[in-house]
Amino acid sequence: MLTFLVRRIATIVPTLVFVSMLIFGLQQLLPGDPAIVLAGEDQDPSVVAYLRAKLHLDEPLPVRYLYWITGVLQGDLGESMRLQRPVLALILEKLPVTLELAAMAILIALAIGIPAGIISAIKRNSAWDYAANVIALWGLSTPNFWLGIMLILLFSVTLGWLPASGFVSPFEDLKANLASLIMPAFVLGNAIAAVLMRHTRSAMLQVLSSDYVRTARAKGLSERSVILIHALRNALIPIITLGALELGTLLSGAVLTEQVFTIPGFGKLIVDAVFNRDYAVVQGVVLFTATAYIVLNLLADVAYVIVNPQIRVQ
Amino acid sequence: MATVAAALPASAPARPAVPRAHPFRRLLRRRGAAVGLGVIALFVVLALLASFIAPHDPLATSWTAIRKAPNGAHWFGTDEIGRDVLSRVVWGARASLLAGVVSVLISLSIGVPVGLLAGYAGGTVDMLISRVTDAMLACPFLILAIALAAFLGPSLTNAMIAIGISATPVFIRLTRAQTLAIKAEDFILAARAIGNAPWRVALRHVLPNVVPALIVQATLAIAAAVIAEASLSFLGLGQQPPEPSWGSMLNTAKNYVDSAPWMAVWPGVSIFVLVLSFNLVGDGLRDALDPRQA
Repeated sequence: MLTFLVRRIATIVPTLVFVSMLIFGLQQLLPGDPAIVLAGEDQDPSVVAYLRAKLHLDEPLPVRYLYWITGVLQGDLGESMRLQRPVLALILEKLPVTLELAAMAILIALAIGIPAGIISAIKRNSAWDYAANVIALWGLSTPNFWLGIMLILLFSVTLGWLPASGFVSPFEDLKANLASLIMPAFVLGNAIAAVLMRHTRSAMLQVLSSDYVRTARAKGLSERSVILIHALRNALIPIITLGALELGTLLSGAVLTEQVFTIPGFGKLIVDAVFNRDYAVVQGVVLFTATAYIVLNLLADVAYVIVNPQIRVQ
Repeated sequence: MATVAAALPASAPARPAVPRAHPFRRLLRRRGAAVGLGVIALFVVLALLASFIAPHDPLATSWTAIRKAPNGAHWFGTDEIGRDVLSRVVWGARASLLAGVVSVLISLSIGVPVGLLAGYAGGTVDMLISRVTDAMLACPFLILAIALAAFLGPSLTNAMIAIGISATPVFIRLTRAQTLAIKAEDFILAARAIGNAPWRVALRHVLPNVVPALIVQATLAIAAAVIAEASLSFLGLGQQPPEPSWGSMLNTAKNYVDSAPWMAVWPGVSIFVLVLSFNLVGDGLRDALDPRQA
């Protein structure tokens, strides 16, 4: 297990180096002198001079990268021009909101996707199977920001059951917190539920046709325990790995969902930064997201090894 | 002929009675894919003939028709400055389809040669390309597209470039994987053995065999690109006002959801139907081009 971990961590190091180069390279896309563009509309000469010195713009590109990456490794992701605060502090401040939203979205996706996938597989080619497939296609094809607007129209404007926007901290009022997050979490979970459903269906179909499931049935076990204890347990292995790939969808989706529901999270931070041309924040958020995505995928791989004894033995 | 037939062992597998149908026919046999293809064709016609089909000028404002509910004169209603929603939806098809197709063409034009090079050349070239691809794939697609569009500046052209570049690593990885598999086939060995230059083997023998997988991926990528363009326009990074785009229409509509919900319904339905159609065709193509399904 330790060898596996070391080997797997060794493979993500070059990826992280290339990610950092890619994100550093984004700055080179800015038209004209980056110091003037980054200084914003005022273009105060003292700010331009400060930025030129801070970003080492008079140095060659590789040297500038080395300065930048050294700062990043010390936790310095730059400073927000608009808010005059370190980017890392801003990210860490907004992250808990997005994490709560993401956790609720994952719960919703699991609650819909896995049962729908199981039913679809055990009732293959039935009306249930077709209905589940239609729901999956719906989930994959619906733009989540539009679904958000439609839910606001139904549950906030027409029925008046839920707040249309805003966020209440769980430490202030848990009920109001859940009410403010349930719609955005459903919007975010919807697309992932569709993918999970497809993965669960195909994994269950494969497992259900295997010999040990036939043996379990031959032993006289109830269909319920064959499916839930014997089949699902093994089908979950590929679902974990493939599900982890959906973390990107979750993070991308959070950007739009937080915008629709005016949730002050990680996604809204990047959108506000884009609107205000606060490029250091954009760069910092992308770097943080990519690193988080790589690390979460590593954890998913570790989970895969833990739940799959065959790989552990190998 | 008779001699040859008589010489065949009795257990020889019988030739299929019906020859394998053309992939396009097999695609049309799938109801979902056929409907999807029809809907895409309809949107293409709408986009090409927008100036003839749209009942009003999509940019014409009318202060006497602000936020009017659907009626005889404006079937889909009007927006916050009295523009006809139907006309804007029809013209919006142009931006969405253009963004979907051009972005994927950008991805293909970079991804296929680079993937082919990585798979065919192998060694250090492959290692370097694979690491850069991994790095790009580590950035979630839409977040990378938002960052690129933010740094390039907001416009439809830059949005298409941003989406195209963000979707490129998928095509590099697919082309590379397919090339690696095909490279190991005997016919490639034969092509090399008779003295073909490596570039000729790659272009004339490997590439044609990668195309079916690329067609499927490109169709599904168009669906993702349509949503991505709508998302960027929704965030103000795509098509700029007053030019119509489904995403930017939804961005405005969210502010009037209580007083003019029709402004949000039709652009969203259009994105959903177009994306669903591309997904249906993509799924159908996957089955139609799969030899196991023949």
